[in-house]
Amino acid sequence: MSRRAVITGVGVVAPGGIGTKAYWKLLSEGRTATRIITHFDASPYRSRMAGEADFDPVREGLTPQEIRRLDRAAQFAVVAGREAMSDSGIEFDQLDPGRIGVSLGTAVGCTTSLEREFIVGSDRGKYWEVDQSYAVPHLYDYFTPSSMATELAWTVGAEGPVSVVSTGCTSGLDSVGYAAELIMEGSADVVVTGGTEAPLSPITVVCFDVIRASSTRNDDPTTACRPFDKTRDGLVLGEGCAIIVLEELEHARARGAHIYGEVAGFASRCNAYHMTGLHPEGIEMSDAINIALKQARADATDVGYINAHGSGTKQNDLHETAAFKRSLGAHAYKTPVSGFKSMIGHSLGAIGSLEIVGSLLAFEEDLIPPTANLHEPDPECDLDYTPLVAREKKVDTVLTVGSGFGGFQSAMVLKKVEGAGR
Amino acid sequence: MTRAVVTGIGIASPNGLGPTAYWRATLHGEAAIKPITRFDSANYWAKIAGEVPGFEAGRHLQGRLLPQTDHMTRLTLVGTDWALRGAGVQPNDIPDTDIAVITAATAGGYEFGQRELQKLWHQGPEYVSAYQSFAWFYAVNTGQISIRHGTRGPGAVVVSEQAGGIDSIGHARRQLRKGVQLALTGGMDSSLCPWAWVAHQASGCLSRNNNPRRAYLPFDRDASGYVAGEGGAIMVLETPESAAERPGTRIYGEIVGYASTFDSRMPSREPGLKRAAELALRDAGMDASEIDVVFADAAGIPELDKAEAEAIKGIFGPFGVPVTAPKTMTGRLFAGGGSLDVASAILSIYWSAIPPTVNVENPVPEYEIDLVMNEARHGKVKAALVLGRGKGGFNSAMVVREYR
Repeated sequence: MSRRAVITGVGVVAPGGIGTKAYWKLLSEGRTATRIITHFDASPYRSRMAGEADFDPVREGLTPQEIRRLDRAAQFAVVAGREAMSDSGIEFDQLDPGRIGVSLGTAVGCTTSLEREFIVGSDRGKYWEVDQSYAVPHLYDYFTPSSMATELAWTVGAEGPVSVVSTGCTSGLDSVGYAAELIMEGSADVVVTGGTEAPLSPITVVCFDVIRASSTRNDDPTTACRPFDKTRDGLVLGEGCAIIVLEELEHARARGAHIYGEVAGFASRCNAYHMTGLHPEGIEMSDAINIALKQARADATDVGYINAHGSGTKQNDLHETAAFKRSLGAHAYKTPVSGFKSMIGHSLGAIGSLEIVGSLLAFEEDLIPPTANLHEPDPECDLDYTPLVAREKKVDTVLTVGSGFGGFQSAMVLKKVEGAGR
Repeated sequence: MTRAVVTGIGIASPNGLGPTAYWRATLHGEAAIKPITRFDSANYWAKIAGEVPGFEAGRHLQGRLLPQTDHMTRLTLVGTDWALRGAGVQPNDIPDTDIAVITAATAGGYEFGQRELQKLWHQGPEYVSAYQSFAWFYAVNTGQISIRHGTRGPGAVVVSEQAGGIDSIGHARRQLRKGVQLALTGGMDSSLCPWAWVAHQASGCLSRNNNPRRAYLPFDRDASGYVAGEGGAIMVLETPESAAERPGTRIYGEIVGYASTFDSRMPSREPGLKRAAELALRDAGMDASEIDVVFADAAGIPELDKAEAEAIKGIFGPFGVPVTAPKTMTGRLFAGGGSLDVASAILSIYWSAIPPTVNVENPVPEYEIDLVMNEARHGKVKAALVLGRGKGGFNSAMVVREYR
């Protein structure tokens, strides 16, 4: 009997609100949470907007030492991790810790803390030989993002396999795919997984500025991210975190757990094309979709909803539209597609997990969140992108995809599990 | 179950480039920890490292790649070229979607990142490189390998501090089991720049002894921390059926077991290294008595050395198996360390010799481990256990065996 990986708990920190409820409210209402950056003075930069989370670590229950020690992205992971643990109903301290794993996605790790400390140590870039006397005690934790997996593992009491999966902007999908593999192969019964990112600092903004990937619609930040719209002009950065409790199906059933859905298929592909560019034919994303569907024993026609990457760049829109058509054929035209980045921005290594959670909530509520800001569809993007308003639809199979720098293309098939309780 | 064999090894180590030079130096105990030359260490208390000498990226890589790559990516790309060449894999030998790329990272292209941070804060945003968006990030090596060799199969990057080099190979083996034919895997790492150096110093793990022969002394009563180094290994891992398609392909050895565990924060719980080793042996379907050598993590930090010695003793009994740490010659290579240890274990099997641990003179008697000191031991090695740990609680273990 093969082992299956199901989702039994979710926790979220996102722009527009902390917690899964606030997140779903934003998505289902099709509101946007992108704004002019308040975390720092972004006026010198080309793109000055982001989806920022209104996150107060004190209010979220972090201790003074946690707040001092943890980068903002790790703080998100601990807070969302606690929500996911409680939502799962698992008594983590009753499990064999050796059977609990952690797989956390992040693209740029503790970059905000690193930049802050660099500015001090180099005295705003004056010295190449950074001054050792200004090094803070937790600098090494910022240096390598595995420290964030450590924090999450401590939070849940994991003593099984623990790792960070870092594949740029597909990290949030790939980490969950990795977690599902750990469960299916038998290395763990419960894996706390997901993605976290708090990249909003000058160096990140400049990275996207210099390659002109981000939107310059600074006079209208709430509508700046416009996937599939012909007036789109680039992505809007974001921050956030989604943590997911993934559990072996029989383990979940034995305790009568509520099951959101199953990670039924997952595949990743390298495009071998360009570190930041995408080939318009979408062949590798389509390959990933096909393998994920096959693994899920699902036909293209079973897909009831596609959660798109929808970053808001023309290149991406054409790429994934082509991939959907290539894999789903005529069914692609009949399937609602939507992109959450239009509402919460692009939180790099976290967004894939946020999209998984939003897709699971679509199962729960029989409601497909829309693509916001889609007023003038690009004629080259001729699928049903669920513009502006959420749509009622009962769905039992969701396809969610991601695309990232480095050429990574990932696809995951989520399926509703029959007799899943609640 | 799908089997996974190593057919190509690319090595960039402080004591040798390529498997032949590396192995010759390692068997002879040639230590390469020296005063730092890559930056001026005058203002830092730690002044020694294991640097890869004689590596001229421009001799191996096209000019256009240089401005977009950090030193660690250049090492990785060249190491991958060598591994593929050693395995005799030509372009088009294998369908491009049947090749996976799985690498390990710890801190990304840190020197590249420091340079761009300095430009941003000293000169202004318009001076930042267009390559910054990917050249420093953790996923860069997998992406660059895929582009260079046109591989369109699965890609991943794992980060578990210094255990990651083993985890990447374990994950690559998973890809073979899922159906790909060949994986390029392992890690090459480098973070020898001032901005990385202050982080290394802050880790609390670097030795404060700047005598290259006395700084990194795992299992020794004078253990005082470790020395940082750069380099690592990239391997070609494939199924025996895939290797058989290229007649004459040399099979160095087989990856037969892998597991990873994590240490609880609660001191009452036993550290997870022993459990990782036991799980890896169970995964291999092997008994401890079949293991001929343990390549130790060898932290060089007294409490960690003690914990590792206890784990080894717990499985093999007192002085029950030869234990070695060739990383005493190179320093610890972060994401590259675990994969270089796996490569060393494979070479041990292939060449029937156990490389020595250098500089250690007074192993703590209570540890009761048979540390291979000073000189290599020659004789048949059929199977090896490789242990790795990462700061924060990561433990990984891998079992490699001669291919039969």
